[in-house]
Amino acid sequence: MSLNSFWFTIIVVLWVGYFILEGFDFGVGILLKVVAKNQAERRAVLTTLGPVWDGNEVWLLVAGGATFAAFPEWYATLFSGFYLPLFLILVSLIVRGVSFEYRSKYGKAQWRGRWDNAIVVSSFLPAVLWGVAFANIIEGVPLKKGSNGIIEYAGGFFNLLNPYALLGGVTTLLLFVSHGAFFLALKTEGEIRNRANAIGQKAGLATAVAALAFFGWTAASVNSRGWVLLLAAVAVVFWLAALGANFKGREGYAFLFSALTTAFTVIALFATLYPNVMPSSLSADASLNIFNASSTHYTLKVMTYVAVVLTPIVLIYQGWTYWIFRKRINPNQIASADSGVLDTVH
Amino acid sequence: MNALSLARWQFAITTVYHFIFVPITIGSGFLVAGFQTAWYRTNKDKYLRATKFFGKLFLINFAIGVVTGIVQEFQFGMNWSSYSRFVGDIFGAPLAMEGLLAFFLESTFLGLWIFGWDRLPKKLHLASIWLAATGTLLSAYFILAANSFMQHPVGYTMNVARGRAELTDIVRVLTQKTALSAFFHVIPLAFLASGALFAGVGAWLLLKKKDIEVAQPAMKLGAITIIVSFLLVLVSGDFSARVMTQQQPMKMAAAEGLYDSKSSAPFSLLTIGSLDGTHAVFQIGIPSLLSLMSTGKTDGVVEGVNDIEKQYDAKYGNDSYTPVIWLAYWSFRLMIGFGGLALLLAMYILWRMRKGGLPTSKWFNRAAIAMPFLPILGISFGWIFTESARQPWVVFGLMKTRDGVSTAVGAGSVAFTMIVFTLLYGVLAVIEFGLMVKTIKMGPQPAVEGNNANDGAQLTMAY
Repeated sequence: MSLNSFWFTIIVVLWVGYFILEGFDFGVGILLKVVAKNQAERRAVLTTLGPVWDGNEVWLLVAGGATFAAFPEWYATLFSGFYLPLFLILVSLIVRGVSFEYRSKYGKAQWRGRWDNAIVVSSFLPAVLWGVAFANIIEGVPLKKGSNGIIEYAGGFFNLLNPYALLGGVTTLLLFVSHGAFFLALKTEGEIRNRANAIGQKAGLATAVAALAFFGWTAASVNSRGWVLLLAAVAVVFWLAALGANFKGREGYAFLFSALTTAFTVIALFATLYPNVMPSSLSADASLNIFNASSTHYTLKVMTYVAVVLTPIVLIYQGWTYWIFRKRINPNQIASADSGVLDTVH
Repeated sequence: MNALSLARWQFAITTVYHFIFVPITIGSGFLVAGFQTAWYRTNKDKYLRATKFFGKLFLINFAIGVVTGIVQEFQFGMNWSSYSRFVGDIFGAPLAMEGLLAFFLESTFLGLWIFGWDRLPKKLHLASIWLAATGTLLSAYFILAANSFMQHPVGYTMNVARGRAELTDIVRVLTQKTALSAFFHVIPLAFLASGALFAGVGAWLLLKKKDIEVAQPAMKLGAITIIVSFLLVLVSGDFSARVMTQQQPMKMAAAEGLYDSKSSAPFSLLTIGSLDGTHAVFQIGIPSLLSLMSTGKTDGVVEGVNDIEKQYDAKYGNDSYTPVIWLAYWSFRLMIGFGGLALLLAMYILWRMRKGGLPTSKWFNRAAIAMPFLPILGISFGWIFTESARQPWVVFGLMKTRDGVSTAVGAGSVAFTMIVFTLLYGVLAVIEFGLMVKTIKMGPQPAVEGNNANDGAQLTMAY
């Protein structure tokens, strides 16, 4: 395998990690007001994310940094081209992180209500927008090669909101909502768990419909290579397994299979691209691929050493965190749920 | 305003705002770890109260630092895509390393620390805060190495065919003296800022007679931190000034408002330049100090703006290579001035506390409230100085800022995102400040031990 292909693989791994981890964060955030009816329940739900959300988000930062280091042309063209969607994602991530940290500082209903709304909206937007962005990358966007040989995005914001991309957005939204519901069912006790299981079932079926439509469209008009179809089929099979496990009340398996579905969906989508990283809808020679977008062999080699040494260590300690916080959370465990740490009277 | 000016404003706003929170995060992480270590060793309740109290302030501040850091990571691609293409082969590597080595470490272990009070053995819980703090330190190192490449590019060659700079020596990029001097300047400054926060908050608690047992060690730790770090800042600042004079003489000349080359150059206390910015109209200075600072000799020759401009015109082609002199001149002085004020206050506190006495004068109380803001202002002006006085270059000698901007992004888009980001930053700053003040006003709370204190019937920490 060439270093360019190896780095393409690393980028895929980083996005897989990101979507599995922050995928359920988004789902939990979107479902916050639906699964949790009182303060103790809301706080129990947020506490399932508390120790891990920030570490989950780092997968995105590393995916961004790795793309910058290994494929600078891809990083530059993608983020200047998908300017407004990315901006909306960034604003959402800012609001979301702060909401988690600040919402329970005070007990006032208005204070908490506003942060709750912020969490729902700022989880919803990226869950849709990532799907829109990736569908656009797969489908190809208007990239033009300038007289200086530089490939740039030549479309506008509304080019990105085409029907195929919107279907992609709906698919990731439903997938993350189900994935979040399966996570909550696994991590909580009592009413929240029951509601999460029920939501997981409905959202899971809706996801199946959306995903089949999206994969079908992809196969019909974007890419129908045999092994891409095989990967998509694997994703679908895992999804059916997740639905089955959810139906039988096997919460651990439901979550595991939805994580695997997420992984194989991301892998299948990147497989449609390879060896391109951003195909152009205008002309083949304006497509970015793992060679014309890449850094030098030397940089890739340096980064390979770094990634090979550090990634396993990160996986071990991040995995260990999940083990430490493996216990289910019950709303009964939240003492004086209605007051915040900064309320003067407890 | 065109897309270029807007993108520059946006970068400046995001970066200065982000860096208000960064120094407090880096320094406070270690100081909180210090309190927790004291608790671990002595088992004294006051150190646990101090850990939890300052830990709360640390986390309120940390949240904003983290979320604005996400924008930092992506704004190069969004607004500066030509720059990203040009330097990505070099600049991307430290950013990716920062993510893998530093961000994962700080976020994961901070999560463990916040929620791990009743889940982890005491020793492991203590290790978490030290590891998280180490993560912030590593993060600073990589990003300063990346920034140093922009100040003084090394370890690269130019690939003319692809129109970009390419990495040839990662070790040089990570260990060049520009990077090391920046690291040893910025890190003590982070401690200085955090020391000022701890000392200022300690002084306020003392004044309000809230938990004197916590207030005293906080003040003392804060004041000692300020003084030790100030000495390190002076040493590294002196070193940085010499590195800067050698590598970016224009920056030093601008900092001093030195228009014409001079031996035994004075350090300017006040320079008023002419309207066209080509010569000084009025000047008061300390004789020979500038020569000493920049060359190490009192009679060393320091080059002036006009002479360097001529050299650069010949070397890089006719253009303006002079940064905005008044901005460089005043930001340089404000940087030193605000840092110095924090030092004076710290020395006064230590003097008054030398025999267990307490500084309680009215004047002092007001000054104590101002104290945490002084180093932050100094640091902000330092960044404004070092980035603005590098102009017109984005990568010194290789790429001009105007050539680095995204060509695919229109002025309207940049203006829109700048307005939204700025408003959002403003709102968050108000909320953050309110929470900090409220936390301080409540003072340290009676400590719940935390570590396996109960059978899990109640969570010690919940969002």
